[in-house]
Amino acid sequence: MLPTELAKSAAAIAAAVRAGRVKAREVADHYLARIAQHDPTVRAFLHVDPADVRAQADAVDARVARGEKEGALLGVPVAIKDNLCTRGVPTTCASKILAGYKPPYDAHVVERIRAAGGVLIGKTNLDEFAMGASTENSGYGASRNPHDVKRVPGGSSGGSAAAVAAGFAPLALGSDTGGSVRQPAALCGIVGHRPTYGAISRYGLIAFASSLDQVGPMALNVEDCALLMDVVAGPDSRDSTSRPAAPRAGDGGKGGAALAGLRIGIPAEYRSDSIDGEVRATLEKVEQLAVAGGAKLVPLNLPLTPYAIPTYYLVVTSEASSNLARFDGVRYGPRDEAQDLHAMYGATRRLFGDEVKRRIMLGTYALSAGYYDAYYKKALQVRARIGEEFARAFAQCDVVLGPTTPTPAFPLGEKSDDPVQMYLCDVFTAPAPLAGLPALSFPCGKSKAGLPIGAQLQGPALSDARLLAVARELEKKLALDLSPLEAPRGA
Amino acid sequence: MELEPVIGLEVHCQLATRSKLFCRCPADFGGQPNTRVCPVCTAQPGTLPVLNEQALDLALQAGLALRCKIREQIKFDRKNYFYPDLPKGYQISQFDEPLCEWGELAFEVEKGVTKVAKIRRIHMEEDAGKALHPDGASFSLVDLNRAGVPLVEIVGMPDLASPAEASAYLQALRRTLRFAGVSECDMEKGSLRCDANVSVRPKGQQEFGTKVEVKNINSFKNVERALVFEIARQGELVGRGEKVVQETRSFRDSEGTTVSMRKKEDAHDYRYFPDPDLPLFDVGSARIDRARAAMPEEWTAKRRRYQGEWGLSEYDARVLTEEPALARFFEGVVAAGLPPKAAANWIQGEVLAFLGETKGELAQLKLGAADLHALVAMEEKGELSHQAAKKVMRRMLETGEKAAQAAAALDLLQIRDSGELAGAVDAVIAAETKVVGDYRGGKETALNALLGRVMKATKGKGDPNKIKELLLQKLGKPGS
Repeated sequence: MLPTELAKSAAAIAAAVRAGRVKAREVADHYLARIAQHDPTVRAFLHVDPADVRAQADAVDARVARGEKEGALLGVPVAIKDNLCTRGVPTTCASKILAGYKPPYDAHVVERIRAAGGVLIGKTNLDEFAMGASTENSGYGASRNPHDVKRVPGGSSGGSAAAVAAGFAPLALGSDTGGSVRQPAALCGIVGHRPTYGAISRYGLIAFASSLDQVGPMALNVEDCALLMDVVAGPDSRDSTSRPAAPRAGDGGKGGAALAGLRIGIPAEYRSDSIDGEVRATLEKVEQLAVAGGAKLVPLNLPLTPYAIPTYYLVVTSEASSNLARFDGVRYGPRDEAQDLHAMYGATRRLFGDEVKRRIMLGTYALSAGYYDAYYKKALQVRARIGEEFARAFAQCDVVLGPTTPTPAFPLGEKSDDPVQMYLCDVFTAPAPLAGLPALSFPCGKSKAGLPIGAQLQGPALSDARLLAVARELEKKLALDLSPLEAPRGA
Repeated sequence: MELEPVIGLEVHCQLATRSKLFCRCPADFGGQPNTRVCPVCTAQPGTLPVLNEQALDLALQAGLALRCKIREQIKFDRKNYFYPDLPKGYQISQFDEPLCEWGELAFEVEKGVTKVAKIRRIHMEEDAGKALHPDGASFSLVDLNRAGVPLVEIVGMPDLASPAEASAYLQALRRTLRFAGVSECDMEKGSLRCDANVSVRPKGQQEFGTKVEVKNINSFKNVERALVFEIARQGELVGRGEKVVQETRSFRDSEGTTVSMRKKEDAHDYRYFPDPDLPLFDVGSARIDRARAAMPEEWTAKRRRYQGEWGLSEYDARVLTEEPALARFFEGVVAAGLPPKAAANWIQGEVLAFLGETKGELAQLKLGAADLHALVAMEEKGELSHQAAKKVMRRMLETGEKAAQAAAALDLLQIRDSGELAGAVDAVIAAETKVVGDYRGGKETALNALLGRVMKATKGKGDPNKIKELLLQKLGKPGS
């Protein structure tokens, strides 16, 4: 067992490994043991190879023994969402259509974690191709929320969020297209950061909707989240949408005088009656703490908020219909043999789940001749308007604060037959990606039932360090217990 | 009713880059199947395209060579369709905002008659791979070496009025692009491919008839063949009062016919949309200016210069501007110091004959410009006869030897030593009493006969001028 102060901090683990106080191998064994004991209940992982994990840890120990002590993540286990490519390690996007696929290369972010001395502990579950908000759309079974295993962990990065909350890894990478890092972070009581679009290279992130997909760090606390952000962020010549001057976390994770004089925008649209009462009350407490810290609340309106979901679903389905065309059984993944080419295509694609098929069909329709202007093009126009609306808001305030999700974690199966209800989980998280803006979810309390509640901070492009700093200061004031759970609850 | 055809060509050219359009794999022809591939061009999940700017520069040069307007900011679009040789399930192309638009190309319809056809647009796109269907096999094979190779598609306006015009247009287009260094335009290696849009209409009518697209025209000679057939086919339909169906047809080389591939209603909906992996790219006026400054001299300008400045005949100028490599070689020889006319004669005579006989390529030529100049200098100095020089040249072409080396090896250096020649001259005079008598009797031409005998005696190596000098010395003037 790791001492408590290490189990709750990736930064502390890296420092201890660097100082020789603990071996990377001991750290790895600690987390492997927890996974062996509790993951059968939580089901956060799709793939863990203990021998490989120990070999990675041993290599880190050898590195440290040689006196090579650089690397921000020395010996720190990191869970990787299974839509990020790992060389020679199965990468499935939780889809049957990629069963057995082993990429010939590492994603940019995976390269960076390896170089920083991190240990890839396993590949985490997700909604198939990151399409969903509960991880129930996984082709390999749903993950569970460690705070109540009868409830969803959120999604699509539900496996990563559950892994961190359950103490299977102190850090995880997710991906966020319309809230897939922030929403599960909120539901599992951890920190999840969606950086400014282009901050982190997408090279090796299997595309869902390219113009919105961003890799995002997930951690138990803000400082750790900033630590991982600085390892994976930065320009990459293999991704044309990567920013040459990418935003970094910098000292954001340490906080500082971030609240003094801060103008916090409070949109009226984020206080509607459709939001759970406990969520609203908890957010109001956060606002009061911010004011006590010297911040000023700026009431404002974001009237396009309700249009974000329809806009988002036109853009993502259109892009997905094209991005997923390559999964045709010709080059990788399983293939169903058939009489002719088109029959082979058709038969092989039965391996897509229902939600994926639904989105491919919606997107194909939206891009079709005669419908393009009414749907895809219109969505791009509204998308531009949403960006303008945010720009106006950020002329009045420095950050926007609100709930990450309208409710805490919902029971498994509650929304799985109602795609539109599921889509509405993204109501507060979809707008920022449409505008390319950074946003971050951090734990701000719990419901009476003990379910985590998340607060979301959104900022203008490149304000990532500031968001982290503000979150860190609020985290201090909230003084919640941010340790991982000792064991999953509600089993 | 007299019908006239209306023809427009869509030409795909492979840009002469080292690497592919969106990854670093080599872009040249050949290689064992699937050896010139990487995660990007095999569309491994998670990979992303990065634009090869050399391809952009070459596409720009194509646009400049064809007098197009150039767009200063470009975007790439996805053209979505399914086929096993298209690894991503979409081709990255340019849809509504091509790099170049509204250009023109002058071509010679017949000798001295020039016509100008409009170019509608030039856009960049990536090539697909190759699907192979082995005879009798129940499977197909895919080779992705070609997948991602950079192309430009050059869409001409329907300004061509006959198969001969189409052929002449294509030849001029090919020559223009080759001289611009944009593309090899080698139809056999697939670096130039041509589709034709054809319709017929009553002569004088303004509106176009129904258009048919003919694909798979795989060689230059087949451009005319395919069009002649297709125009006749449409003409017969119209003649019988039937309608031409809008469709895509495939040319069949073995029969010289076209067959239906797909009707209009089966046309793909490509669902074009801007590729979110490739942000808008600023071409910028500076890059356009740079490309313009880097443009090699056009073949038409060379032709004028060869005739005007260098005094070549129209024929010579024409031959020497057929191929960029030939023009380069010719200019190299002139630069080495040979007068243009002499350079033209040597190249057209010996060099082209050699290449023709050996089916060789200029690029593999073992003869350098300076070597050719050195050879001609030897002849001018009298070290080689003209006939000997030709033989030496042949050996140089075959072996790559320098002029002096080849001449020595062939033992063709002229005997110019008077002492050595005098013996041969004396011997001939002694032997050829009858001819000598004729000369002395006043028959001037008999001297040439004697000269010939001496040449023969010296195995062609005697310097004829020297021999003549000696004969005159010994025999005096005719009749004397």
